Amino acid sequence: MSGLVNSTNAPSESDEALPGAADNGPSGVSPLAPYLLGLADDVMVYAQRLSEWMTNAPQIEEDMALGNIALDLLGQARALYPYIGSIDGTGRGEDDFAMLRDERDWRNVHLVEQERGDFADEMARLLWFSAYQVELQTALTGSSDDVVAGVAGKALKEVRYHLDHASLWVVRLGDGTPESHRRMQAALERVLPHLAELFDDDEASLTAAGLGVGVLPSSLHDAVVARVSRVADEATLTLPDGSPWRSRGGRAGIHSRPLGYLLAEMQHIARSHPGATW
Amino acid sequence: MAVAVDSALAQAISRIPDPEVPVITIAELGILRDVEVDEQAHTVVVTITPTYSGCPAMEAIASRIAFEAHQQGYAADVRTQLSPAWTTDWMTDEGRAALQRFGIAPPGPAATGESRGPVAVSLSRHVVACPRCGSTDTTEIAHFGSTACKALRRCTACLEPFDEFKAI
Repeated sequence: MSGLVNSTNAPSESDEALPGAADNGPSGVSPLAPYLLGLADDVMVYAQRLSEWMTNAPQIEEDMALGNIALDLLGQARALYPYIGSIDGTGRGEDDFAMLRDERDWRNVHLVEQERGDFADEMARLLWFSAYQVELQTALTGSSDDVVAGVAGKALKEVRYHLDHASLWVVRLGDGTPESHRRMQAALERVLPHLAELFDDDEASLTAAGLGVGVLPSSLHDAVVARVSRVADEATLTLPDGSPWRSRGGRAGIHSRPLGYLLAEMQHIARSHPGATW
Repeated sequence: MAVAVDSALAQAISRIPDPEVPVITIAELGILRDVEVDEQAHTVVVTITPTYSGCPAMEAIASRIAFEAHQQGYAADVRTQLSPAWTTDWMTDEGRAALQRFGIAPPGPAATGESRGPVAVSLSRHVVACPRCGSTDTTEIAHFGSTACKALRRCTACLEPFDEFKAI
């Protein structure tokens, strides 16, 4: 737990002030690249985390379900990375982004990098992240950038289904046995510190929103909370009011302990065998 | 879809089976969006769209198209297009019938917007007929099936489990 708490000690209201913020690789040709990298890294890291459930879920159908959701998210990331490489002046491809960047170069929120916890923890995270994604992708279908709007139009159909899936489980567990209710409620409380970061307006999102390409994360907050609240009500659960602490820093490359381990597992084949193809 | 059916190459490409559901062709599935054959230059530009963002069959389909073109002496340029996003409404009637014969319930009409009310309260989403006995007395076993595009159901009348092609 201390690792997670320590990660929030970065002195940051401004992402600019964070150490590492200047180490974002040789990007900078397009002012949009940092924003799109945040979107892509969120789904790439969560795809990797979700895929851990295969062979570990409570039933084989759930192995398939979470594996399929991970696959959708991976596809969303793959659609964005080459585009980012084409506008940030580096010409990097999807493998360069996914397999050859170190922890400080990743721009995902802490929520998606946290260890998977128990099944209720994952359903709490999936519920929040999918609700966020539904609102985000809905807004991005109106992006002035054709690629971003196209990826969003595709992703929206997928994340609605993810939200459906998470909602079903949260209702089933919350409105289930006393034990499942207790554990689902505890999971809603454990995920809480990692939610605020989803809705922070950093410089990258302010820039992207100003150009009509992105959306301000803060503008999604109320609708996301409303979605999750309706599910929690149906599940006889209580959404906790607030957390005594919150994570931050992911959008500037300051991460919590689990990301390094996740990247080590995800990247080691590519790094051990540079340039290998099949 | 502007597929030139008068070209032998375009016809051959449109008849390529989907690698994961081989009873249906890529044209019947609605993922083949355009074939432009240049008979003089012996080149062909083929545009395909994925069913789901992460569909692992896309690369296999692209290389099969390139192979088919090569067989007939053409160089293929296979492009992936995301927008407009694929919908099961683009599936042809022939494709739906082929799925049905294979034991996969074809997709119903795609919902526009939310797939249902704000809160998921029930495990059964909509009426799906059993592809074997035709009974509409079926229930969902799992939200996701053997591929991203399918869910798993069971017929309460004949007791057979079956795949349902999800409407999106």
